[in-house]
Amino acid sequence: MENFFKEKADEYKKLLAEYIEFQDEKALYGVELVSKAFIKHNILPEEIVNIHIKALKELYPDLFASFEHSLDFLLEAMISYGLAHQEIQNLREQQIALKSEISVAAQMQKTLLKTKKPDIAGLDIGVISVPANQMNGDYYSFLQNLDGTIGIAMADVIGKGVPAALCMSMIKYSLDSLPKESTPPPVILGNLNRVVERNTESNMFITMMYGEYNPETGKLVYSFAGHEPGYYYCADEDRFTEFSTAGLVLGVSEDVEYEQAEIEIAKNDMIVLMTDGVTECRDGDRFIEIDEVFDVIRQYLHLSAQDMVQEVYRYFERLQDFQLQDDFSLLILRKTV
Amino acid sequence: MNLEITLTEEGNQSIITLAGEIDAYTAPDLKETFGIVTKKAGQEVIVDLEHVTYMDSTGLGLFIGALKSTKENDSELKLVNLQDRVYRLFQITGLDEIMDIKAAIRGGNE
Repeated sequence: MENFFKEKADEYKKLLAEYIEFQDEKALYGVELVSKAFIKHNILPEEIVNIHIKALKELYPDLFASFEHSLDFLLEAMISYGLAHQEIQNLREQQIALKSEISVAAQMQKTLLKTKKPDIAGLDIGVISVPANQMNGDYYSFLQNLDGTIGIAMADVIGKGVPAALCMSMIKYSLDSLPKESTPPPVILGNLNRVVERNTESNMFITMMYGEYNPETGKLVYSFAGHEPGYYYCADEDRFTEFSTAGLVLGVSEDVEYEQAEIEIAKNDMIVLMTDGVTECRDGDRFIEIDEVFDVIRQYLHLSAQDMVQEVYRYFERLQDFQLQDDFSLLILRKTV
Repeated sequence: MNLEITLTEEGNQSIITLAGEIDAYTAPDLKETFGIVTKKAGQEVIVDLEHVTYMDSTGLGLFIGALKSTKENDSELKLVNLQDRVYRLFQITGLDEIMDIKAAIRGGNE
């Protein structure tokens, strides 16, 4: 380092002398390279001024005093810049470290929260979940019960990023620990509510929908905890109908009784579930209305459920001023027999 | 987009008038304001959301935090003049059942 410094200082002096004498472009190009080498080695601006002063004094020992003082003055003026530069350098390094740490965490989250889409005869399932940032605060899961019923969970933690993602693991483990038996959705939400209430900060909460679908009867029993409503698509009438139950979000109050309701779907009918990332989509200043989502779904009715949800997301992605405000999750379940 | 926060204190009433958007970026300042005014016992905190055009779930979290703080400190929280889009958030999440909320009144005064 010391060698480098001395070598470059000498070079600087040589280039300076050359420029003062001939004012040639080559010297200017030379000093540009020296300057870049200094930046690379974290040499601060005031040190460069110092090199300049020393070089000048050696080249012209008879410099008049007031000019010399002015250079000392300049040196002092550069010191704050040097400090600011150092700070930026440190921040840059920290940022790189943080970024890689978060990407490791995001990867780990992906593995932890992985859920398998069940393969059930007569049922076509499509699901997409896209995080607004690196980590996803949305979660969906399928539970296969021994009696053939399927639990469907969709949840959204308030906020985005790391805290939301950590919080979501709690939901996953609670769901995983359920017995593989058909359980009324309000009971499941009630249990989860207590878990979340006990284990989160006061301004954390989770919105969730839990439903149990019976492939044999085509009946969906469901319960909502402050979650975006679901939509039932009746193929015969080509119509979407909203369905939900009233219920407080998870984690706010300890004693909440959740309600239960049910719908029965026929062949080619669909159940559409989503998180608020879908309804809060914006195209510049324009909010996307739910009818627009329906229209897009209608365009892709001929596709499989998985292609459908992907096309819907792609449609929004293509909007000119589209920016994902929140984690976006969309689930479509279609009865095919 | 910014959030303008105006706090007016009158006796045991704190009126917070908001204008703009409440999201993860503008939330910290509002959180601080809530933190201060909800801590006074007997205080009635009125939040005017007439000029709030957008709120995301981070904003909802703030109001839940404020509500819990009023319960602990024996103060009160009231939300007034909510626009449809913002009001819908409180309805979906079931928070309108546990909070004192009044939507914006269209076509004249109450």
